[in-house]
Amino acid sequence: MSEHTHQPESGRARELPMARSMCWHCQSEMTGEYFCGRCVKVQPLSKELDYFTCLNLPRKLNLDEQALEETFYALSRSFHPDYYATKDEGEKAISLGNTALLNTAYRTLKDPVQRAEYLIRLEAGSAKDIRNSPPADLFDEILELQEDLDEFRSLSAGESDERRQELLEKLQADRRTLEARKAQMEDRLREQFSRWDALPTEAEGEATVRSQKDAVLAGMQEILSNRTYVKNIVNDLVAATSPTAEPGRSAWH
Amino acid sequence: MALIVGIDLGTTNSLVAYMAGDGPQVISGTRGQAKVPSIVGLTDNGLLVGDPAKEYLVRDPSRTIYSVKRFMGKAIADVAEELKYFPYALQEKGGVIRIQVGEKTYSPPQISAMILKELKLRAEAHLGEEITKAVITVPAYFNDSQRQATKDAGLIAGLEVLRIINEPTAASLAYGLQQNTQGCVAVYDLGGGTFDISILKLKDGIFEVLATNGNTHLGGDDFDRRLVDEVIRDIDTRHGVKVEDSPELMQMVRLEAEKTKIRLSDEPQALMVFSLPDGKGTYERTWSRDEFEALVLDLVEHTMTPCRRALSDAGLETGQIDEVVLVGGSTRMPVIRSRVQELFGKTPHCDLNPDEVVALGAAVQAGILAGENKDMLLLDVTPLSLGIETMGNVVSILIRRNTTIPTSAKEMFTTYVDGQTGVDIHVLQGERELVKDNRSLARFQLKLPPLPAAVPRVEVTFLIDANGILNVTASDIRTGESQSVQVKPSYGLTDDEVETMIRESFQFAAEDIKARQVIEARTEADAIIMATEKALQRGTDLIPAEEIESIHHAIEALRVAKAQEDHRQIRAGIADMEKVTHHLAEVLMDATLKEALESKKLSEVTD
Ligand SMILES: [Zn+2]
Repeated sequence: MSEHTHQPESGRARELPMARSMCWHCQSEMTGEYFCGRCVKVQPLSKELDYFTCLNLPRKLNLDEQALEETFYALSRSFHPDYYATKDEGEKAISLGNTALLNTAYRTLKDPVQRAEYLIRLEAGSAKDIRNSPPADLFDEILELQEDLDEFRSLSAGESDERRQELLEKLQADRRTLEARKAQMEDRLREQFSRWDALPTEAEGEATVRSQKDAVLAGMQEILSNRTYVKNIVNDLVAATSPTAEPGRSAWH
Repeated sequence: MALIVGIDLGTTNSLVAYMAGDGPQVISGTRGQAKVPSIVGLTDNGLLVGDPAKEYLVRDPSRTIYSVKRFMGKAIADVAEELKYFPYALQEKGGVIRIQVGEKTYSPPQISAMILKELKLRAEAHLGEEITKAVITVPAYFNDSQRQATKDAGLIAGLEVLRIINEPTAASLAYGLQQNTQGCVAVYDLGGGTFDISILKLKDGIFEVLATNGNTHLGGDDFDRRLVDEVIRDIDTRHGVKVEDSPELMQMVRLEAEKTKIRLSDEPQALMVFSLPDGKGTYERTWSRDEFEALVLDLVEHTMTPCRRALSDAGLETGQIDEVVLVGGSTRMPVIRSRVQELFGKTPHCDLNPDEVVALGAAVQAGILAGENKDMLLLDVTPLSLGIETMGNVVSILIRRNTTIPTSAKEMFTTYVDGQTGVDIHVLQGERELVKDNRSLARFQLKLPPLPAAVPRVEVTFLIDANGILNVTASDIRTGESQSVQVKPSYGLTDDEVETMIRESFQFAAEDIKARQVIEARTEADAIIMATEKALQRGTDLIPAEEIESIHHAIEALRVAKAQEDHRQIRAGIADMEKVTHHLAEVLMDATLKEALESKKLSEVTD
């Protein structure tokens, strides 16, 4: 019914975090960073602003988490609607929009997986979706697991208890295997993070750097899509085998 | 800058507070009580709110509305299980419950507005200026419809609601202001009708909510009901009286159960004693705390699951919580305190009055909004995931629960058929996969230009503002034009209805304290006249004729006083009545006691 468009614009970070170079209110040349130097009104953040620039961080994957939090808190103090309750409608609307963008930026960069997915979308020339694909070497095992899971779900408690118990134990073992596998993938992802951060900054026309970057991004993309696939199966297994677990999905990515 | 008050609009009690020079302060009423029972009596004399309405409850239950917060943003089907506990008739119109009182019906926001108006009057009397702006608290786990209903209530009461703020976070502001706490804090908030758990990180004046969870249908009321159910059974067995058949008796039992529960928080045993109507004797029973706790054990356990989920969403273990804070009158129950302590492995804080701390926090937030406090800032979250319906009756999530607000998500819509001019969009809130298991918030039709299929591109922005309320806007990507979106709430009043209700609210004339006092006195006069006439019927043969004569005179005098606009005259008439009927009351009491004793002897004989 609908098509997702959460992808940011591709390309490099903008130099200017502001939407325009003139104050929306007094039309004077913007001198301050977020507030007009003349009339002190808050200025709207550009919609094209990427999250790294927004939070004043280099486009790296191993982040200084404390710096991230400090910047987030400081910008919240600049933009939050609670500090604009007595201001005019224009300023209120900018405060709301800026805070919504800031919150999304912070949430995305705080979580390593979301951060990596975001970077891939940001860097990949055309916005590519990260698909969920099963790791090639696990293909047969996962097929068998799905069959077991279907059978387990079809058996209600009380009937064929023996077979049910047998399947339950098997599925629980599968779950442990997959969880270990997921942890492995996260380790590999961290290796890619370090590789990415070690790459030289891309200068114009340096085709080799670009191709190195693309290689790292492609590697991460594969790990991420495998990881999402495995994570979803683990969630299914948890939901089916432990009835006390929270229904629905986890709040975390 | 006009003063902004902070209001705790509770299920059982409501309070109003403001930022005084030396910190937040709750405002007490003429009777010296800070708490206003959230009860509204729609009497023939006019409107009663708070304590006088609570007194009126056992007299005319069908015209006395309590616990209306349980109905905010709800349809009848949502409250079906608890209907038997309410003495008033409910209807539904446009997905909104309507409470029938006599010929008229009232929506829950209208009833809440009556309570808000009382608090507004109280604040105006105390502060000596008109109050038009307020911060109102809601349970953190309130959904969009319930928040919107609260905002509507403010509007109807003539208050601009500058911010809807979550109760546990409000409490954390009050505590934070007092103690300058840093680190991770769990706020366990069990009120009269709702339960919330919020996990916050406090750092340098920033109050960042990491996760929240709860149950908007679990509170002190439910603990009372366990006791009520026991008493109903007990009265039937021992006295052969069906409590359900008498709304008055039902309310009596409910209030006695509440009192007993409260006493059991301080004492290991509590005696429950009250007389049954129509000379059916006296119900008497001693309850032990152990007995009570056994009745409510599963309710206490019900609060543990949200606690674990909130911790897991916050990515924390119990050991990482530095402080635990208890909020809400229901946390006075020792069984709650010990269970919370057991879960978190920490002695919970309850230094601030759990009844007042939420209102105090709302006042702190009012101070922040007024620009008087630049040190503190609250970063709250949306409690429930927000999504839209997609193919196969499945919800596609746009904003996950526990996302810091304000936040927005954009979604692009296009067409599948040439010339298609619209797309129906259904917005939902909840954590489940299927549409039917989530809360429907609203529906709207997005207009699209009639073009070949897949050519139109309209971007819809779903924005949850700092109140936790959804705002929808749309813009045509091709033309850059924005489009207004008419969102029809699934469980809410329309703008027109709210307008009408604002106008109607002025019909309740009692705009000042004096008029309020007249209504209260008149209602009391009615009650005493009715009781006296009933007593006269029973006691005609028991007292001398001249005494009967003087009682009749007193009744007439009180009727005359009642017609005047002076509440002191009415009070004087009531006092006279009490004087002249004193002897009659004694005589009747003796007679009843004798009867009771005789019937007891009789029962001893027959046993
Ligand atoms: Zn300017």
